[in-house]
Amino acid sequence: MTAESHGHTNYVKIWGILLVLLVISLVGPELEIPVLTLITAFGIAVVKAVMVAAYFMHLNIEKKYIWYVLISGIVALLVLFAGLSSDIMVDDGANWQDCIATSSCVEQRL
Amino acid sequence: MSFPKPIATTREVTGIPTGRLAVWWVIASEIVIFGGLVTCYLLMRLKHVSWGDEAANTSTAAGALNTFVLLTSSLFIVLAHAAAEKRDTVKSFKFIWYTIGMGGVFLVVKAYEYTTEITHGYTIFKSVFWSFYYTATGLHALHVIGGMVIMAIISFDVKKGKELQRVELIGLYWHFVDIVWIFLFPLLYIAK
Repeated sequence: MTAESHGHTNYVKIWGILLVLLVISLVGPELEIPVLTLITAFGIAVVKAVMVAAYFMHLNIEKKYIWYVLISGIVALLVLFAGLSSDIMVDDGANWQDCIATSSCVEQRL
Repeated sequence: MSFPKPIATTREVTGIPTGRLAVWWVIASEIVIFGGLVTCYLLMRLKHVSWGDEAANTSTAAGALNTFVLLTSSLFIVLAHAAAEKRDTVKSFKFIWYTIGMGGVFLVVKAYEYTTEITHGYTIFKSVFWSFYYTATGLHALHVIGGMVIMAIISFDVKKGKELQRVELIGLYWHFVDIVWIFLFPLLYIAK
């Protein structure tokens, strides 16, 4: 990647915006509104991550091939998520023993 | 004695330098590693609301300070990259070491946090929340240490004006480590 290709990016300005977003993510939960906390904490985390990837990692001007590489990682993650979610989130059925509900699994200490 | 470079570092078939492509592949695999941890945490957290009580014992101030430190370190390493592209090796060397310094600050804050938490009884064995906490932040800290070591090694070649492309490569890795923390921060320190 050449200097000319991203020489116009004002990195200090991007950093300043990231810090403002950090402050908002800290102030949001103080209002104790669950939906607002969700947006300010996790929504802003996504925005910050996208900004770092786009401007600091120059993904905004990177070749498409790199996007395919990253998408392959994300697809693998989604497969993992789908496999795990059914195991973690669904705990009913004939063969399940919910030791948490009955407090019989002290060693797990959930 | 000098050796010729491996052929993989001297050719490119995608239009992307091989080193940069390799780092992106590393990042893609790291997405699965850290993403897997975060995914498990999210699912368990949704399932067991009591985890919120455990998360109340982490220090938001320390987490916020470390977020500031890593964001600033990302700025420094991208400035080192920009300087390397202009062949300003002195400036690039300086910013690489600023980044290493910020990595050191991050680890000191993390060590302080760990010490405080452990002395209050919040060890890795206390509950599954704390197991996740120490596994995720510990693995992340190992990545920070790895990045600092690599930066220290390449910095001296950079100072001599050699292998300047490596500044961009370690920068990509370092920004990814920053992004991981950007997600760990709300998960472990804000959502209580």
